[in-house]
Amino acid sequence: MIRTGQVYAGGDAAGAALVLTDPLSFWGGVAVATGVIIDHSHPQVGQSVAGRMLVMPCGRGSSSSSSVLAECLRLGTGPVGILLARPDPILTVAALVAEALYGLRCPIVVAEIAGIITGDQLRLVTTGAIAQVILTR
Amino acid sequence: MALHLTPADLAMRNGDAGAAAAFAMQILTAFSEALGAQALLDISGAHIDGCLYHGQVSLDFVEKLVAGGGRARVLTTLNVGSLDLIHPELVRLSPEEQTPARRLMQAHEALGCVASFTCAPYQTLYRPKFGEQIAWGESNAIVFANSVIGARTNRYGDFIDLCCALTGRAPAWGLHLDENRRGEILFRLTGFPASLEPTDALFIAVGLIIGTRSGERVPVIEGLLPPRDEDQLKALGAAAASSGAVGLFHAVGLTPEASTLAAAFGGRVPAEAIEITPAQVADALAQLSTVPDGVAISAICLGTPHFSRAEWDRLISLLRAAAPDRGIPIYVNTGRETLQALEASGALAGLDRFGLIPVADTCTYITAILERLDGVVMTNSGKWAHYAPGNLGVKVAFGALEDCIASAAIGRVVRG
Repeated sequence: MIRTGQVYAGGDAAGAALVLTDPLSFWGGVAVATGVIIDHSHPQVGQSVAGRMLVMPCGRGSSSSSSVLAECLRLGTGPVGILLARPDPILTVAALVAEALYGLRCPIVVAEIAGIITGDQLRLVTTGAIAQVILTR
Repeated sequence: MALHLTPADLAMRNGDAGAAAAFAMQILTAFSEALGAQALLDISGAHIDGCLYHGQVSLDFVEKLVAGGGRARVLTTLNVGSLDLIHPELVRLSPEEQTPARRLMQAHEALGCVASFTCAPYQTLYRPKFGEQIAWGESNAIVFANSVIGARTNRYGDFIDLCCALTGRAPAWGLHLDENRRGEILFRLTGFPASLEPTDALFIAVGLIIGTRSGERVPVIEGLLPPRDEDQLKALGAAAASSGAVGLFHAVGLTPEASTLAAAFGGRVPAEAIEITPAQVADALAQLSTVPDGVAISAICLGTPHFSRAEWDRLISLLRAAAPDRGIPIYVNTGRETLQALEASGALAGLDRFGLIPVADTCTYITAILERLDGVVMTNSGKWAHYAPGNLGVKVAFGALEDCIASAAIGRVVRG
């Protein structure tokens, strides 16, 4: 299945989807050293975003999430890409800074997320402002 | 439509104002393009949430700007850092951990930012005015500036807030613009007794509920009682920005862009109307506590967001009346400006014998201040109760300020 999305941060990436049923705040919600979700009120607490294609409705909460995601990307404990239902400027700037400082890319794409389940293989391919979301199961 | 940059924006991006301003403008324009903004606008102030050390990336970013000759182009205040520079003995971090955290705070000062180190800059000399365009980080400050003051900022995150400060520009998008400030979802308090009091807990519960239910939409609250003071709206906003992504709320008859229900919605019809009932309020508050009444407590944490002078005055009279003497520490986060004024007035004299430990420049739920993490901590803050279990691993009891001090006096959780 291929969907079209809008690019908020560019790059190509592929990985197994981790679908979050609720929005996640990286700050206070994710352990930087491991990428594990530590927000006790989050349904997917205990799962790790590291190396996954993170799929969620939108970001949530603290504006410190930019630093936490950027540091996760620097350490390699962040997601390989992020697919959102709605744009999130706080996550977008984290991806832009990680690229500017370290040359590391974590594409952020907004597209329809319905029907994607955890474990699906997702590939994001970005060309300018247009993204292709390629899903295989 | 693509982002339109003025000749001055382009010149800055090309390096005419130095390497740091060019780097900041590059990030800002990429961010603005990603948002779909059509232009940038001038700002008159910024509040930077980048002083909290999250790792090497925090320092790499700011030191790159310092090395490039960066200077804030507008009045720029600083949010909390990871250290209490006024009371360094309180911080339980190793020298290896303190060094980069201190460097980060100092690097922001080197960019010309004001060393305010508070999450409540809106209760300092640097309070913005109605209608002012600003670029603020820190979720509770953002929601207060937008909602209670009527200043205009988006929910800026780390890095981009500093890019706005160093360029004096922000994307003409989102909550900077009239059309995006109108209410979209209605919350109506229903079924409460006529004798309902404007308690802190009520405002926090309403904040938690609108945060959970609003998503990205601008909430309007109808039927809220007039608050005792603006600190209750501060607590509401902090809770809403913890449980959700609220950057602006309107409270009909209470906040400046919501003189009437129609004004709050700007003539539009609410997309959804949700009732807030006494049962929902009780449920939201119950979820803030991970322990029942009666359990022993090891500390009290107040001042999230940072205590205002009015909150201090309430606390001081409660402390003098209850005179807790069980050695339970009562940590109170506040801005250094507020603390210095209090100390100069003599208002804090002798309060250390009741366990009072003022904390400045930082906050007890984001860094290593608490002496004991094994017990139960009681707080009057919805935000502290929401985040501390994950950040610190503590158990939490939520209660009103009066309950917190009464509990400190008898050593276990009591709620009135």
